[in-house]
Amino acid sequence: MSAVTADPVTAAGENREPPVKAVRKMFSTPWVSGIVVVIAIMWTIPTFGLFVTSFRPAADAINSGWWTFFQNPSVTLSNYSNVLLGGGYNTAGGLSSYFVNSLVIAIPGALFPLAIATMAAYALAWVPFKGADWIFFAIFALQVVPIQMALIPLLRLFSTGFHIGNIQVAPALLFSQSSWEFARIWIAHTMFALPLAIFLLHNFMSQLPRDLMEAATMDGANHFTTFRKIVLPLALPAIASFAIFQFLWVWNDLLVALTFGTSNTQPLNARLEQQVGNFGSHVELLTAGAFISMLIPLIVFLSLQRYFVRGLLAGSVKG
Amino acid sequence: MRTSTDWNTVLQDALPKFGVAATAIIVFFGILLLVFLAAGYATGKIVRPLTIAILLGPAFVLLIIGLVIPAIRTVGLSFFDSNSINFVGTANYKYAFTDPDIHRVLINTAVWIIVTPILATALGLFLALLIDKMKHESIAKSLIFLPMAISFVGASIIWKFVYTWRENVPGVNQIGLLSQVVIWLGWKNPPNWILWEPWNTFLLMVIMIWVQTGFAMVVLSAAIKNVPGDVLEAASLDGATGFSLFRKITLPMVRGTVIVVLTTIMIAVLKIFDIVATMTGGNYSTSVLSNEMYTQTFVQGDAGHGAALATILFACVIPLVVYNVVQLRKERANR
Repeated sequence: MSAVTADPVTAAGENREPPVKAVRKMFSTPWVSGIVVVIAIMWTIPTFGLFVTSFRPAADAINSGWWTFFQNPSVTLSNYSNVLLGGGYNTAGGLSSYFVNSLVIAIPGALFPLAIATMAAYALAWVPFKGADWIFFAIFALQVVPIQMALIPLLRLFSTGFHIGNIQVAPALLFSQSSWEFARIWIAHTMFALPLAIFLLHNFMSQLPRDLMEAATMDGANHFTTFRKIVLPLALPAIASFAIFQFLWVWNDLLVALTFGTSNTQPLNARLEQQVGNFGSHVELLTAGAFISMLIPLIVFLSLQRYFVRGLLAGSVKG
Repeated sequence: MRTSTDWNTVLQDALPKFGVAATAIIVFFGILLLVFLAAGYATGKIVRPLTIAILLGPAFVLLIIGLVIPAIRTVGLSFFDSNSINFVGTANYKYAFTDPDIHRVLINTAVWIIVTPILATALGLFLALLIDKMKHESIAKSLIFLPMAISFVGASIIWKFVYTWRENVPGVNQIGLLSQVVIWLGWKNPPNWILWEPWNTFLLMVIMIWVQTGFAMVVLSAAIKNVPGDVLEAASLDGATGFSLFRKITLPMVRGTVIVVLTTIMIAVLKIFDIVATMTGGNYSTSVLSNEMYTQTFVQGDAGHGAALATILFACVIPLVVYNVVQLRKERANR
């Protein structure tokens, strides 16, 4: 997988031999570029329309298409202040508290599975024991168990605890009316993220040089020291890729937050989904709200795209 | 602009929440560190089992409690009534396969699974081939890939706006791009897109294709670049050109990746909930299995129906899992 990303094949055109160049002429480059640029523009227009609308005054946004903005530009920031702080969504704090919720869900929701999966991946890759292979395949297979299969029993487990007969083995995780209500969402996200995380990190870790591990053992390091001092630093690129991936996944999630959350823990997405019904009357507010919800993913994505792509490729390209 | 809240109130709301998150993170990593340090002192025969238990244990327990047991229980619940008290045999499945509404849901799901992955992958492959020939690819590539970063809810809002419809009468301006474009093209009275059965399902699929094409493009583009130049060269010396070169050399060499992309998108499509929930809430004959499962369980309060639908969903995924596991084992054997 590192071979794929380490070599940004931008130079592919120039440095190759003549026959390949001839092949490359089968589409002449201007045509190819033209088609790709047209598709790229088509892919961007919907988002661009949303972006433009979020800066238009309410009356304009409701009475005319966003494309007329350029004939008669008038820009306002009031949609954003209204949505963030004002009663734009019939809630005292606007969207700001939902924005906070999204962050409070997404940061632990990315860190916890990351830590647990890194440990498990190391054990499966470098602590030899009977059945390791089978556990690995079982975890790989769990990747595709739909979250939907777990929702009802897990929700009941959280709300009533675990009983054997009449004996309460594990307590309920209610935490009602406190900020610890977020814990249920973190736990759910951690559980659902583990299969993919372990799979990706295991793939990376198993490719680390064997000599290095053996040298560490020879020096008398136990597995915990090897893990902390050798594997963690070396696996950092893979860990970073998955961290970004998981953060975006949790930030963008709707189903888990709806199922395991309460009205106090609603993230932006859940709030926006509820508000879509009022679409007709407040286009300018909904577009501003949607853009706020996309802001952090877009920043993360644009600044860390390389890592994101690397994580994606690790999961799907052979190698 | 009059605002009903100021930053102080926002902080008052935010601080305890961040406090809880920070506490949880510190406690979590603190415990890990302590366990690691303590376990370092262990000696003798206990070391290996202890190491495995500490490193693998948390993941193992969470997966058993969070996925394995719930999945088994869901299968069990699908044979019980709405409150999970009385055994009802296969009544829930009978309902799922005979009720006309659910019939529609199953057909929609099938159409989603077939159309979306194929179109997204084909488009992604086309773009990957074109981009392979471009000198400056990165901006166009990023723009097409960008929707991957946007949530399905966000994407749905973007497209809901594109699909907004108003009756085309004098004095009324369209604000939805699709309506305006077809009016410009000469379609006098376009339908209300979201209510336009059965085509509304396809309009929802456009959103998924819009999101997944970038994924397919990036992954396939990496695979195409991995095709060795000398293979292409040898083939072209043998007289293969243009499309036949693609069909005979490039396509077979990226076939594995194409299948991985197809199955990945298929699995994503099967689980798709957000798009349907945001766009229509499953109304106007657009519901799919995962959305219907949520509605039956948490809106209608019928755990039996919900569990049966989830189990059907799972059954659809199983062939894909088996296929992927077989592929993975082959791949590992080749190493």
